Amino acid sequence: MGDEIRVRIASDADTVTARQAGRDAALRLGFSRTDATFIATAISEIARNITVHAGEGEITVAGFSEEGRKGLVVIASDEGPGIHDVPAVLRDDYYSEFGLGMGLWGAKRLMDEIEVSSEPGKGTTVTMKKWMGFDEVGSMLGGE
Amino acid sequence: MPVSILKQGPYLIASVQSALTDTEVIDLRDSLLAGVAKHRSRGVIVDVAALDIIDSFVARSLTTVARTNRLRGARTVVVGIQPEVAMAMSQFGLRLDEAYTALDLEAGIQLLTH
Repeated sequence: MGDEIRVRIASDADTVTARQAGRDAALRLGFSRTDATFIATAISEIARNITVHAGEGEITVAGFSEEGRKGLVVIASDEGPGIHDVPAVLRDDYYSEFGLGMGLWGAKRLMDEIEVSSEPGKGTTVTMKKWMGFDEVGSMLGGE
Repeated sequence: MPVSILKQGPYLIASVQSALTDTEVIDLRDSLLAGVAKHRSRGVIVDVAALDIIDSFVARSLTTVARTNRLRGARTVVVGIQPEVAMAMSQFGLRLDEAYTALDLEAGIQLLTH
């Protein structure tokens, strides 16, 4: 487990701080620039969900190691209104006019794993992971 | 706003200087739309080389600029999307519908003038 970075999310400036912290952490852990950009983009989406739907919350970023594989985990939590139908917002055909579905859907495509737990009225926690591995396109671009 | 907007003949050239907050993205969108109306511009170039990411909000805002300009007879060219940012947009499924794209500012100007 690497150092954990914690960013309080209460405004769109915090979103920039969180995604840049995520990018820096990813690069420090040895991710390619492409993967670091995927992670930063996913963080931007879920941080926006916090500011738009919950008002405030928190994002933590940390490295981890599981069965010899390294990765990065992002946890976004808030005490906002929650999501009533979690499986629905992660489905490919989901679309919300407020952009909630789009953000989570995008984060799901950019990361390797995403888990959303939510209780209406109590808040939402999004946990997403990216595993380190050979990045064919990243190395093609000179990112590694 | 960390964006400079320059009028060059019939075109507006906006250069983003750093990462933008959502509020700054909205300001950029509104400034470009107002600038095109004020200067009767025929084209807008937005240089996004300094943007760390293009997520759904940025993509939607740029698309709004391009679509609105098109309805007014002006073209929008987004230039300088970094390779990693383009990869992330592609993976995400984000497109810049109705905007032209070019590699850099020079290519963008060439696209508008030819």
